[in-house]
Amino acid sequence: MKRLFLMMVFLVMAAICGVSQSLAEAGELVVYSARNEHLIQPLFDAYTEQTGTEIRFITDKAGPLLARLKAEGSGTPADLLITVDAGNLWHAAQEGILQPVVSETLQRNIPEHLRDTENRWFGLSLRARTLVYSTERVRPEQLSTYAALGGEVWKGRLLLRTSKKVYNQSLVAMLIAAHGEAGAESIVRSWVDNLAAAPLANDTQVMEAILAGQGDVGIVNTYYFGRLLRKDPNIKLALYWPNQGEASGGVHVNVSGAGVTRHAKHRAEAIRFLEWLSSEKAQNLFADGNLEYPVNPKVKPHADVAAWGAFRASDLPLIQAGELQESAIRLMDRAGYR
Amino acid sequence: MKTRLCRVFTRFRPDRDTGWTVLIGTACALVLAPLLVIFMAWRQPAHDIWHHLYATVLFDLLVNSLVLAVGVCAGSAVLGVSLALLTALCEFPGRRLFSWVLLLPLAMPAYVLAVAVLGLLDYSGPVASVLRSLFGSATWLPPARSTPVIIGVLTLTLYPYVYLLARNAFRTQGQRMLEAACSLGCSPCRAFFKVVLPMARPWIAGGVMLVLMETLADFGTVSAFNFDTFTTAIYKAWYGFFSLPAAAQLSSCLVTLIFVVVLLEQRLRSRRRYAESRPVAAGNRIQLRGCRRWLACAYATSVLMLALVLPVGQLLYWAVGSWGEEFNVRYFGLLYHSLRLGMIGALVVVLVALGVAYGLRRRPGPGHRAMVRLANLGYALPGPVLAVGLFIPMIGLDRYVSTFLEEAFGLAPGAWLTGTGLAMLMAYLVRFLAVGFKTVDGAMHRIPPQLDDAARLMGHGSFSRLMRLHLPLLKNGLLTAATLVFVDVMKEMPMTLMTRPFGVDTLAVKIFELTSEGEWERAALPALTLLAAGVLPIVLFMRAGQDHSLRAR
Repeated sequence: MKRLFLMMVFLVMAAICGVSQSLAEAGELVVYSARNEHLIQPLFDAYTEQTGTEIRFITDKAGPLLARLKAEGSGTPADLLITVDAGNLWHAAQEGILQPVVSETLQRNIPEHLRDTENRWFGLSLRARTLVYSTERVRPEQLSTYAALGGEVWKGRLLLRTSKKVYNQSLVAMLIAAHGEAGAESIVRSWVDNLAAAPLANDTQVMEAILAGQGDVGIVNTYYFGRLLRKDPNIKLALYWPNQGEASGGVHVNVSGAGVTRHAKHRAEAIRFLEWLSSEKAQNLFADGNLEYPVNPKVKPHADVAAWGAFRASDLPLIQAGELQESAIRLMDRAGYR
Repeated sequence: MKTRLCRVFTRFRPDRDTGWTVLIGTACALVLAPLLVIFMAWRQPAHDIWHHLYATVLFDLLVNSLVLAVGVCAGSAVLGVSLALLTALCEFPGRRLFSWVLLLPLAMPAYVLAVAVLGLLDYSGPVASVLRSLFGSATWLPPARSTPVIIGVLTLTLYPYVYLLARNAFRTQGQRMLEAACSLGCSPCRAFFKVVLPMARPWIAGGVMLVLMETLADFGTVSAFNFDTFTTAIYKAWYGFFSLPAAAQLSSCLVTLIFVVVLLEQRLRSRRRYAESRPVAAGNRIQLRGCRRWLACAYATSVLMLALVLPVGQLLYWAVGSWGEEFNVRYFGLLYHSLRLGMIGALVVVLVALGVAYGLRRRPGPGHRAMVRLANLGYALPGPVLAVGLFIPMIGLDRYVSTFLEEAFGLAPGAWLTGTGLAMLMAYLVRFLAVGFKTVDGAMHRIPPQLDDAARLMGHGSFSRLMRLHLPLLKNGLLTAATLVFVDVMKEMPMTLMTRPFGVDTLAVKIFELTSEGEWERAALPALTLLAAGVLPIVLFMRAGQDHSLRAR
């Protein structure tokens, strides 16, 4: 029995040693990413191949990554934070986790409204949050704006994703920016009144429910639609670009983006990598992997994406999505949008 | 008077147990550190968020959580106890197979079952679609995303905790109790409710406690259904309002609630003593006759169908579609990491749980008992909150030690704690100690204290007693604990995400990444693998248990 115990102790020690073999040695570039591994890995591989710089990374949700960066403080191994949604990026900047970066390349490659005013973060790919409708039961002429989804016509026909998803929080934040708090609240209330079913957990479910006939129209990110379209090219759904009229704001767009951390150990390398990401070479790789739009105006989107047609995007500075996010959540809670 | 003398006497014997106190104290401190961080959050006021939640959603969330907790606990208790009763005390066709197959849903992460069920039953799923095409409309169909379905999903994945513990209790003592009661003229049914069930209460209660904690801390399942519970408020405060203090304050309420429930339960039970000396003699099970045998068989089958066969079918269907995309070399890396973490985690947790349970047995004073209760609270916290609560003190320790080493010896150990797997192991220990402890402690309760006394009289010290007396008797209990923890560690997501070193990707992490983007079909293959990897030890362990009982027969 004693031998058994000793064996167990030995096993534990061995196990601990085994785990700690991956002890952090100084890598060339360390990335914390809220963008998924299967989307960023190809980029990292390409960069490593081109420059020889090794990239090490972990992925998690934005909230825990921010908490981790804050807790690690100056001891953080992270050089770069990649995350989706302008609201998250704005918060990271707000928490003092990111540092300003002065780079002509970045200024040139990324339009002004898609980056931080103090250059702490930069949008790297663009996604539009737009309307999707059933081609069997809806004529596109019936659609016009986000706000119009609250109209009497759509009673019991609208499907939405949960208000807990940051994409909807940013969308409502932009509504607040455009219509004011009271205006936005009455829009959201009219949406809730028109719902065909309780809000769903993700965009794909929204589209599947429309296909099944539970509802006729919904709001989704473009790339989710792209994924369904790839699986079934004859899908009976189509995208609609709302708010295209003069002075009606344009389609709500959001970014995934990145910023250099305040205590980055490899600052220069991190900036070089950011510049590369915004370059014409990498932009397609970054955006196409997820069927998004490149932020660099010189780069054309993937043919599949381009086929959805051109649209006028909202040019409200994305910073507002972050600033107004909290009001948006409160507003949705008040309006009973779950 | 006599007992007090005894206590004084033992305290000054050379055979002292300070070591056990230190061990219990350490385990307790490990759990207390994150709890302290969480409770400290009250220093940073978050009135406006509280006010907002109070004014809008809090009441509904509390009601939802309450309904869910009560429903899942009741469901798991009924399902677990009735199945345990059937497989442990009755004889019906397929009993031996069912006795271990019914445990397999343990390996099914609740969030996976949730999505599989939604895929099958939701409006756009095959069931509703077929019904609609048959009857034109299916408005009479109850919606898939409703409270009863969520309760069902959680119950079907959590009942094995109750089943496993109740079955152990029935197997070891139920049989003889039942025989004794029957010989005194009780009907088997009456005997079960009057004698066997009350005697098995500590184990059933232990199982239900685990179920309660899992339910209250669950986020994956409820968010798949977009069902708002108290945990939702925690996440809203954190991810939405970016207020970690508010999230921690809300979590602290959850912990307090659980603590009160645990206390109440133990208060109720502490007045009784439970011990069982004889090993099992798998003797005469009640022979079910006529249609009852088939009813029993059908009951067990239907539970299995719902909890395992249907969801696995759905996952397989998805996995076939995404096979080419997902099956590659990286995939084996994920599997390897998952298995390795599961094994190491199980080993560490069970060893500590054994130490703690034994320490408590040696010195069951109120101080120790209170510390153990605290040490078991880690299971009740939502994973991400616990992860942050742990991460903050660990980072502090990390930096403190490395600064010290650097100044004193010129060494640069780097992030020796958080940069390595050590932080991860600690996190698992904190989270799953309750699982290991409940099982080991339950098993230890069944060793009568007289045996300890006898061994002591024969001159065996406390360590020697543990090695030569308790360990052999606890073998099954330890294996049970290790299996439970192994499966739990493999399923665990938030803490793995937060504390893992670079490059450690597990199956659960992969599932998280894919599902957070709604790519369910691609997540099916890792989910199935996770399931298979979790099923394997359960099968092995149950087979071992079976051999044992066969020999006893």
